[in-house]
Amino acid sequence: MELRVIEFHLDSRSGVSPYQQLVRQVRHALRLGLLRKGDQLPTVKDVVAALAINPNTVLKAYRELEHEGLVAARPGLGTFVTATLTDGSLAAHQPLSQDLRRWLAKARLAGLDEESIEALFMATFRASTREEIA
Amino acid sequence: MTAVLRTHELGKRYRQRWALTDCTLDIPAGRVVGLVGRNGAGKTTLLNMAVGQLEPTTGTIEVLGGRPASGAAQLAKVGYVAQDTPTYSGLSVAEHLRLGARLNPAWDDTLAQDRVGRLGLDPTQRAGKLSGGQRAQLALTLGIAKRPQLLVLDEPVAALDPIARREFLQALMEAAAEQELSVLLSSHLVADLERVCDYLIVIDAARVRVAGEIEDLLASHHRLTGPRRDLDTLPADQHVVTASHTDRQTTLVIRTNSTIHDPAWTVSELDLEDLVLAYMSSQGTTDRNHSPRPSLAVQR
Repeated sequence: MELRVIEFHLDSRSGVSPYQQLVRQVRHALRLGLLRKGDQLPTVKDVVAALAINPNTVLKAYRELEHEGLVAARPGLGTFVTATLTDGSLAAHQPLSQDLRRWLAKARLAGLDEESIEALFMATFRASTREEIA
Repeated sequence: MTAVLRTHELGKRYRQRWALTDCTLDIPAGRVVGLVGRNGAGKTTLLNMAVGQLEPTTGTIEVLGGRPASGAAQLAKVGYVAQDTPTYSGLSVAEHLRLGARLNPAWDDTLAQDRVGRLGLDPTQRAGKLSGGQRAQLALTLGIAKRPQLLVLDEPVAALDPIARREFLQALMEAAAEQELSVLLSSHLVADLERVCDYLIVIDAARVRVAGEIEDLLASHHRLTGPRRDLDTLPADQHVVTASHTDRQTTLVIRTNSTIHDPAWTVSELDLEDLVLAYMSSQGTTDRNHSPRPSLAVQR
């Protein structure tokens, strides 16, 4: 019961509000399968004491996650994960990650530095997202 | 819900000089309020009036629905950690707790002992022998164990090193979460306030420049850059905080609740530090004839 599943951290220069950062970290952990149904999120007091942030920031993040149907608060017990974001796609992560590694190796071989790789990835990602929408 | 702090045209004058003028605030309970401004801007004056150590020259002030320091019940509701987190250097840690228990009817001794234990403080140690961080934690323990509804802290972390500062704010936020405490703290370090506060008051040259929920403040302020233009041509709902012009370009910080439609502007968002600095520089230099100490520090 006392098992701590995830730990939050804050990036003060990200330009993303602290509560949004917490929401994203939970969603991220759900997507990667680090958080599963039934897991307990850290208590508000624990998060606040670890990060020295305003309690309302944590409450707001948990409320949003609750609103999205990802977690549920059980009064007096804590906040628990009620849904998953992996949709059974978790099995596909491993081969996809391997493909990506191969691609990265090729990009480095072609002389791209980290910044260029990131820029190329983001540009391609955005372009393909746009095509899908159109 | 009762407002935690409500003032109307509050002012304080020391002989010739107004330390605070025309201060009107209405802050709901349950917030962690950051009071930011240069040294000498009027922060301590406002805090001292909130805890009843100073009488206003003009206007009214109400804390948790009562007049500051108007009686035992009012005194019990408000905790105060004064500047430089003072302790009695000749008294031991245990003696501080006994003093706290003696002076405060709602004293929570379990909480105080538990905190001292967790901090690893030796009860027999004299406060004068503690490190700055430990002294600050002891002062905070006294403030929290009093079980107030509002805890007022004047520059609590200014003198602490980064680790002690973080530990202090962790303890403060833990108490705020656990005890449903309202907190009012002053600082000249915007980075400290950014994490812990959800309500902000910027005070400069004895005046409140802006006050509000931080989220609302960030959402309603924008930086506009574009071709040079006359401020009179702006829409009526765009309130200019700062403006600077070159021959060709105009840069503004504005406050508005509506969308900015004018395509001539490049719109960017402000972070809390930008916002605070905008309000502190918008005053101009006309009535600031004294600035003996360093101005607002914006280190991260």
